[in-house]
Amino acid sequence: MLQMNKRQLLGSSAIALLVLSSKSLRAASVKGGLPWKPGSTDPPAAITPDGWKYFTPQEATAIEALVDRLIPPDPQTPGGKDCGCAVFIDRQLAGPHGRFDGYYMSGPFQEGTKQQGPQSPVTPAQQYRKALAALDAACRAKFANRGFVDLSNDQKDEVIRGLEDGSFKLDGTDGKKFFQLILKDTQYGFLADPIYGGNKDMAAWKMIGFPGAHYDYRDWIDRHNERVTLPPVGIAHHPNWSL
Amino acid sequence: MAQKLPRKDVAIIGLGWTGTILANELTDEGLDVVAIERGPWRDTATDFPISYAQDELRYRLQHELFLRPSQTSVTFRNNANQTALPVRNWGAFMLGNGVGGAGVHWNAETWRFLPSDFALRSHLTQRYGAGFLPADMTIQDWGVTFDDLEPHYDEFEYLCGTSGKAGNLKGAIQDGGNTFEGPRSRPYPTPPQKQGYGHMLFAKAAQELGYKPFPQPSGNLSQSYTNPLGVTLGQCTYCGFCEWFGCANYSKASPQTTILPVLMRKSNFEARTECEVTRINLDRSRKMATGVTYVNASGEDFDQPADLVILCGFQLFNVQLLLLSGIGTPYDPNTGHGQIGRNFTHQTMSTALGFFDKDKYNFNPFVASGAIGMIIDEFNGDNFDHGPLGFVGGGYLGQVQTNGRPLESMELPPGTPAWGGQWKQALRDNYLSTLNSGGGVHASFYSYRDNYIDLDPTYKDRFGRPLARLTIDFHDNELKMSAWLTDKYAEIVQKMGAKQVVKKPRKGPYDVTQYQTSHLNGGAIMGDNPGNSALNRYLQSWDVSNLFVMGASAFPQNAGYNPTGTVGALAFWSAAAIRSQYLKSPGPLVHV
Repeated sequence: MLQMNKRQLLGSSAIALLVLSSKSLRAASVKGGLPWKPGSTDPPAAITPDGWKYFTPQEATAIEALVDRLIPPDPQTPGGKDCGCAVFIDRQLAGPHGRFDGYYMSGPFQEGTKQQGPQSPVTPAQQYRKALAALDAACRAKFANRGFVDLSNDQKDEVIRGLEDGSFKLDGTDGKKFFQLILKDTQYGFLADPIYGGNKDMAAWKMIGFPGAHYDYRDWIDRHNERVTLPPVGIAHHPNWSL
Repeated sequence: MAQKLPRKDVAIIGLGWTGTILANELTDEGLDVVAIERGPWRDTATDFPISYAQDELRYRLQHELFLRPSQTSVTFRNNANQTALPVRNWGAFMLGNGVGGAGVHWNAETWRFLPSDFALRSHLTQRYGAGFLPADMTIQDWGVTFDDLEPHYDEFEYLCGTSGKAGNLKGAIQDGGNTFEGPRSRPYPTPPQKQGYGHMLFAKAAQELGYKPFPQPSGNLSQSYTNPLGVTLGQCTYCGFCEWFGCANYSKASPQTTILPVLMRKSNFEARTECEVTRINLDRSRKMATGVTYVNASGEDFDQPADLVILCGFQLFNVQLLLLSGIGTPYDPNTGHGQIGRNFTHQTMSTALGFFDKDKYNFNPFVASGAIGMIIDEFNGDNFDHGPLGFVGGGYLGQVQTNGRPLESMELPPGTPAWGGQWKQALRDNYLSTLNSGGGVHASFYSYRDNYIDLDPTYKDRFGRPLARLTIDFHDNELKMSAWLTDKYAEIVQKMGAKQVVKKPRKGPYDVTQYQTSHLNGGAIMGDNPGNSALNRYLQSWDVSNLFVMGASAFPQNAGYNPTGTVGALAFWSAAAIRSQYLKSPGPLVHV
């Protein structure tokens, strides 16, 4: 069959097309050019600040208190709370990330070596819920029935340091792992594109000197050791496009 | 019961770099070709347009363009005494998915291997004696030489429009290029990219130390370019969103920007997307493939008969599909017999962070491209005397900082608290003046008897098929090499004027959560006889002569370079053999 001449071959492919086009797999068949239709992009949906999507009001207050100690306000840059880190985490937990969507979630689940990576079936959303309740209880036990949000800044920092080094235990959940999780999520919220709810007014990008989503630095590649003066832009509010 | 489809001349499994190259070459022969691709159709305008391609959270942290482990994953362990566990979310490597494959998200660092890399065991044995190599090191010659591949490296580079500076033109050494490279028949198609401040500072320091720095060969183009197929790429804008991202500028060489616009217009080509091949079918003799079975997005099974099957998946899925299809003999690490799964390797990455005085240095790390950078090659392959060092292998050293994306740029001087006001201040003070060179030392990972791929006994994919099980660890040779190369790299970063240099040599054990390039290779290797390889020198299966297997699964061991240039060259080399030899007389191209 491979020795057929080209004309015969083209004939046979035309027949194949006819047969295939009557099948259900037609939608997945791409042939005869680049498939393209306008409006088929999938831009990110901007976060709207309309209440909590995952956290209960009480949990949200605790998260705001936590993110504001992990990234405290200073005279030049707002802290985690005013930058929207709690909103960022809330929306992440309410979405695919909170459910481990896309992860391999078939069992059996068993702990392995550190090099084999996390093996827990507990999703981030479940982990936050459990840890925040346990944190509240542990704080009330230690600080005369005051929850985390009611502690002084020094006391809050003492609790966070204890979570970080494993000395402040949470009942039924690993406090150190929770610390690592919330720290990472808080930093991501602080530094990610503001379309996801954190990094309000691009405060973190202004703080470090990252100009955001410009996408064209041809005018700057040769300007060595000069501070880029372009004002920062996010995905949603670029002067050259809109989503 | 699978529904039987009309036969095709050629069934291609996977439509990434090698799948598109083979499809284009074989449709040029007039053959009727179908490519069956597990992931979705992907196009620049619809999948990574300029209005939101630069989304670090979505593409880098949440892996939007990649294969997701829920679709299929692998299991991993360091050695045969451990129970392998599934990789639940990617870490050490990232696997492409969809049309374009990993060619969508790569950095486009477009290297050739050294001539000695292709004759590795012969070369090292001749220079240092057979006793110099560790007893369990299973490196071997490729069965193909640099000279065989040179015309095909050239073909791939001219397809891509690669930007670079030749260091060896037909034997004549060229200043400013990589003087260690094998002789090339003509210059790169486009001049090198421009370089940022950190890259040039590295080049200056390297030169002062007596090295010969040169610009990294880049598939992010220095200028617009029209390739031999008539497809035009644009000029790179140094946007800093390259690796892990699709390019919205049409300036990164990928199947989308170099081949697909031509291939898709051919009447004798069809792509079937979101269709996963579950098996290569064999006839009763088990020496000939009859076609493939696949499942479409609705879960329906189809048999696609074909005269020629070309396996163009990612390295580890090529190996898995061969094992699942019962092609060849599975490798047994206890006896060393069997070829499928053998000589599985990766890359040995390390770096040295440089923290600089913020009042004097501003690197603008976000002004970069995926394959930007200045490199030295003095310590790659066998470019230096290993005799006194007690290890073999090497890598390139380079300042190749590809981005300043904030979520990936939080390296701070040692001792900085992980949170709180001091952390925040340190981030403010260091972001613009830190060199956090992802690929500082990009080194080889040679093959060993106990690093291999087989099928997992416990964990299955969504169709109930066993996952591939990776058994891999670093060996002393690689760790010794990494420590030595990292010291050399750190000397250069110190010379650049860093106030603090933090060495990060690779340490064992191999960790599946730490990204260390996506350059997995081996497992279905090429060689000069069926006793030491799965494929002959033309990437044709020794066991099934109408099956060819593309990709880095054919590498007998890894070299100190990024693999895609060699993967592309091998694809063109194999396509040329199919066109000039196989189609005239189908059957084994090598007789032993």
